[in-house]
Order: sequence, then C-alpha cells, then structure tokens
Amino acid sequence: MRIDLPGAYSLSAPRLAAHGHHGAAEQADRALFGFWLYLMSDCVLFGSVFATFAVLANNYAGGPTGRDIFNLDYVLVETFLLLVSSVTYGFVMLALHRSSRATVQLWLGVTFLLGLGFIGMELNEFHHLVAEGAGPQRSAFLSAFFTLVGTHGLHVTSGLVWMAVMMVQITRRGLGDAVARRLGLLSLFWHFLDIVWIGVFTLVYLMGVL
Amino acid sequence: MSDPSLPGHSVSEHSASGPLEGHAPGAHGTLRSYLVGFLLSVVLTGIAFALVMVPVLPREANVAVIFTLAAVQIVVQLVYFLHLDRSLEQRWNVSAVAFTVVVVGILIGGSVWIMINIGHQMMPPTMSSGGF
Repeated sequence: MRIDLPGAYSLSAPRLAAHGHHGAAEQADRALFGFWLYLMSDCVLFGSVFATFAVLANNYAGGPTGRDIFNLDYVLVETFLLLVSSVTYGFVMLALHRSSRATVQLWLGVTFLLGLGFIGMELNEFHHLVAEGAGPQRSAFLSAFFTLVGTHGLHVTSGLVWMAVMMVQITRRGLGDAVARRLGLLSLFWHFLDIVWIGVFTLVYLMGVL
Repeated sequence: MSDPSLPGHSVSEHSASGPLEGHAPGAHGTLRSYLVGFLLSVVLTGIAFALVMVPVLPREANVAVIFTLAAVQIVVQLVYFLHLDRSLEQRWNVSAVAFTVVVVGILIGGSVWIMINIGHQMMPPTMSSGGF
C-alpha cells in the first residue's frame, strides 16, 4: 500500500531504499513526524491532568490555598531557567548545523545544567510543601497540584536523562546521521516541555495567587 | 549507522535540499529566530507575572489578560522555537496541532463546564463549587 503524504512525510518505501542520502533525510523526517505525533498525544495526557487540576483547583478541604503556599518570585526563576534552557537547546541545533561538535557539547551541557537547576528547584519546593504538611494527601487541590507539576517534572527529568545519553553518544560516535536525528527529536521534546510549562505557571501559579 | 567521518552529514545534506529547508519542526532555526522568540517570551512572561504580583486590573480582566498572554506565548514558541509555519511540508504537523488543540479544548473546557454545572445543581448555595 502506498500512502501519499505531501513532501517530507511520503511513506513511499521503495523510493527510500533507492536513494541513499535522500533516504536518510526522508527517514529523519519521518522520525520527526512520528515523534511530533507522540508529542501531540502527550499534549492530550497533559490536557487531562490540566483538566483535573482546573476542576479541583478550589477544593482546599480546609487546607492551604495557592496564595498560602506559592512564591511567585521562586516560580519566576524556575520559569526563566526553563525558558533559557529552551534557547540554549536552540544553540545546540545551530551548532549541529555547523557540525561543530565541541559547541554542540558545550550548549548541551549548559542546557542540561539549566534543566537540572529547574528540577532541583521543583524538588526543593515539593520537599518544603510536604514538610509543611501540604503534601499531596492534604487536599484535592494539592493532589492535583502534585500530579500536574510532578508529571511535567518527570518529563523534564526524562529529557535530562536523554540529554546525558546524547552527550555520551556524541563523545563516542561524533555527529553522525543517527545522533543528529536524535538531537533533533530531543529538541522538539525540550521546546515542547517549555510550552507545557507556560500552561502550568499560568493555570497553577498565577491563577492560584490571583 | 552513523559515520564519524561525515559529522552532521544528514543535516547539511538536508538543508541543502532546497524545498525542505526551514520546514522540519525544530530542525532549522536561525540565531535570530531563537533570540526573537526568547525576547518575546521574556516580555510576555514578565507582563503576566507583573500583573499578578502588582494587581492593577480588576480580577476578571486580569484572568482574561493572563490567559491571553499564555496563548500568545504558546504560539510564539511554536513559531520561533519549533518553527511551525504554513508551508506545504508543515501541513501535517500543523494539522496534528490543530486536532490536538480541539481535543485538549474539549477535554479542559468540557470538564470545567460540566463540573461547574454539577456544582450549581448539586451543592447548597453557600458551598463553593469546583473549577475557576
């Protein structure tokens, strides 16, 4: 069966096999599109958790409200760590296009540290909340809060693991076709997580304090 | 699979292939696009946080403005970081995004709508109902 998709995403297999270089580019494009569809399904996962939070956001069960537990200065720093890391990952892709291995590694390292800083701040926030008795079992609002922010945090952590693996692969193999393709997919994943965070800081933190 | 003697081979091959240039999501940014996206995101984030930290608007207006700023920033990052555009090569990516927006909209909007209605119907008027 042959399915005609426009341009890069044509699923015509014989043509792929026939042309070596062109085939590699098409394969990379198909991987990109497949990963894009995964990200969209991940969007639906986040949508479900956002919906749960939106529904439960006012169910405090006599416990603390967003105004009591959120520190916007702290969240602003987290937001900037993630935003800057999104841009520094852009620099990874620019260096990749120039085939500059050292620069790719440098910006990957910077992005990794910024992401690690973000996760560290988030874990610190969680730790303080639990220590103050505002853990996920306190109220429906806090259950939904930990589920939503924790799901995003787990994604960022996965991204960090992926990034570390890529740094090892670049060290061992250089910037070949496969490594370049994976770096491209990780770039989609990383930018996507920053976009989800826009929803988190708006719906959870800003609305929680407002 | 990979050939270290040809670093970044597929990428340079790819960008040289004319019509594909700049059309794979996330793959072909320019320094300018990342910096413009960053500056716009900083401004949009800054305004949103400032409006909540120093509330000058009435609450309802503030809510509307904050959600609008978030929506605009999402579009900004889709365009400047993920490089979505209206080209033919991006049509399937954009279609997937549009479909996802509809699904997520129904999911979140529908859930909140239903639960607010249940709150109005089921709870005594003194108790607060779920949702914003």
